[in-house]
Amino acid sequence: MRTVSRSGAALTVVIVTALAAFPFVFKANWVVNIAVFTMMYAGLATAWNLLGGYSGYISLCNAAFFGIGAYTIANLFPTSGGPPGSTPFLILPLVGLGAAILSIPIGWVAFRTRGVTFAIVTISLLFVAQTLAFLMRSFTRGSQGMGIGVPRFSVATYERPFYLALLAIFVFAVSVCWYVRRAKLGLTLFAIRDDEDRARGLGVDTEIAKLVTFATSLGITAMIGGVWAYYITYIYPQFAVDPLITIGMVLMVFLGGKGTLWGPLLGALLLVPAQRLLAQNATTARWYLILYSGVFLFVILLLPRGIIPSVQDLVARLRSKSDRDTSSPAATVPTVPTEVVP
Amino acid sequence: MDVVLSIRGLFARYDRGDVLRGVDLDVERGGVTCVIGPNGAGKSTVLKVVSGLLRPRAGDVALDGERISGRSARQILDHGVVHVPQERSLFPSMSVWDNVLMGGYVLSRAALRRRVDEIASRFPIVRERRRERAGSLSGGEQKLVEIARAMMLEPRVVLMDEPSMGLDPKARRVVFGTIRQLNDAGATVLLVEQNARSGLEIAGRGAVMETGAVRLEGVARDLLDNPEVARLYLGGAARSLEDRG
Repeated sequence: MRTVSRSGAALTVVIVTALAAFPFVFKANWVVNIAVFTMMYAGLATAWNLLGGYSGYISLCNAAFFGIGAYTIANLFPTSGGPPGSTPFLILPLVGLGAAILSIPIGWVAFRTRGVTFAIVTISLLFVAQTLAFLMRSFTRGSQGMGIGVPRFSVATYERPFYLALLAIFVFAVSVCWYVRRAKLGLTLFAIRDDEDRARGLGVDTEIAKLVTFATSLGITAMIGGVWAYYITYIYPQFAVDPLITIGMVLMVFLGGKGTLWGPLLGALLLVPAQRLLAQNATTARWYLILYSGVFLFVILLLPRGIIPSVQDLVARLRSKSDRDTSSPAATVPTVPTEVVP
Repeated sequence: MDVVLSIRGLFARYDRGDVLRGVDLDVERGGVTCVIGPNGAGKSTVLKVVSGLLRPRAGDVALDGERISGRSARQILDHGVVHVPQERSLFPSMSVWDNVLMGGYVLSRAALRRRVDEIASRFPIVRERRRERAGSLSGGEQKLVEIARAMMLEPRVVLMDEPSMGLDPKARRVVFGTIRQLNDAGATVLLVEQNARSGLEIAGRGAVMETGAVRLEGVARDLLDNPEVARLYLGGAARSLEDRG
């Protein structure tokens, strides 16, 4: 329904090429390690943006599905099974599909609510999932933690396969968002964000749209959780189902720009390297929480729509000012329909 | 008179007490029918019942002889009756273009694309301001986009609820000009309007409502020339009309 601008297509090619080339240009393991986590959060934030940014439904249960993806990979490829190679990456689409199917009944219940109530229901689900992760020892081994087979990738480029797998999921997530923005589903989600009842009045089936988006978003989140588990090779409930993961992805979307295509990536690029650099020092490991708080305040007070929409507004205002300066006063008269064609 | 929409003995209420008390009204095919009357007369309620937003307690609404009263808003929309409500009804953070697309949501993708191009050629504002957020437009511009959106489904009848409300005189003229042009193009419009003179000037037929019923109905020009109509609109009692008539 919308055309793709040449500049938009060129921007996409430049961004994806630069991201793909990154680990081949900057080869130091610690640098690519930061890039792995940056790409992980870029994917998580993009997936969250699909529902939260486009439809305005603030879902806070995403980290639960991150954990489900992580524990699924941990159960499929335990330490006792030996090095699994690239197989965990190949099985990720099935992990995502399973998580998406699992999310449908949960979404069906959660979408009985709206607004703040929906956010409370979904964060409750997150804490239920975390408690279950401690209690369901047959699936998670509880607080003892769970190991995954360590891959025999070359030490010099150990991070690279994980980075590329996360990049592939991120590109998939952006492609889904790109498609949705151009499809009727995107119209539906944006209309729901503005006024769901009015959208229903125009004949829109909002329930199906919300469920499909919820499931897609959580399926992608679970896939990323699977890569994370394989990367760190030993997972605990408090880290696999961590509210801070949800807070991180939401903050990145708010910082970069809700409902934009590249806002989540921008938010991740700005926040994750700072977080990882702080995490490398034991004294400052948790300081990133202060950073998160500061960024939240900054966004709420100064950039309520996020960086990308604010910059777009600024550019539009400058263009409009420049147009006004160069055009005659008559050109600024409100548009009047000049003709009605039968 | 070729009647497309016929309302007979309509009673409706919100919580308690009837707002409509036996409304009878005919809407002429291809014309503008303007309903005027003081606040609380039930004008907007008539439109809500016709569009299915409010179920009538009694009475019938028929479209080309087929009873549509009591059906859902979606079913009535499918019959080609669209409602442009009194309050701002655009999606403010969506672009002008997307707002117009929403009007044809139930169409297939190909039909939607074709139809939005037709609408954009009828309403230049849709193309000229296509990328702008609808919420950033002035009140008059928003009303034009609302009307454009309402035309997406090629409606058989357009219900317009006080389109001039809250607009400055210049924007009001533009909106009424647009309604007149729509009518010239063959659209049937049932218009509810507080601004009696402007509404009746673009209408072929008119009706005066008071306390939930139509007190007077006829050719719009005749109503305009009737001194009692102005008195009624300004708050005079309809009883004087009844007494004379």
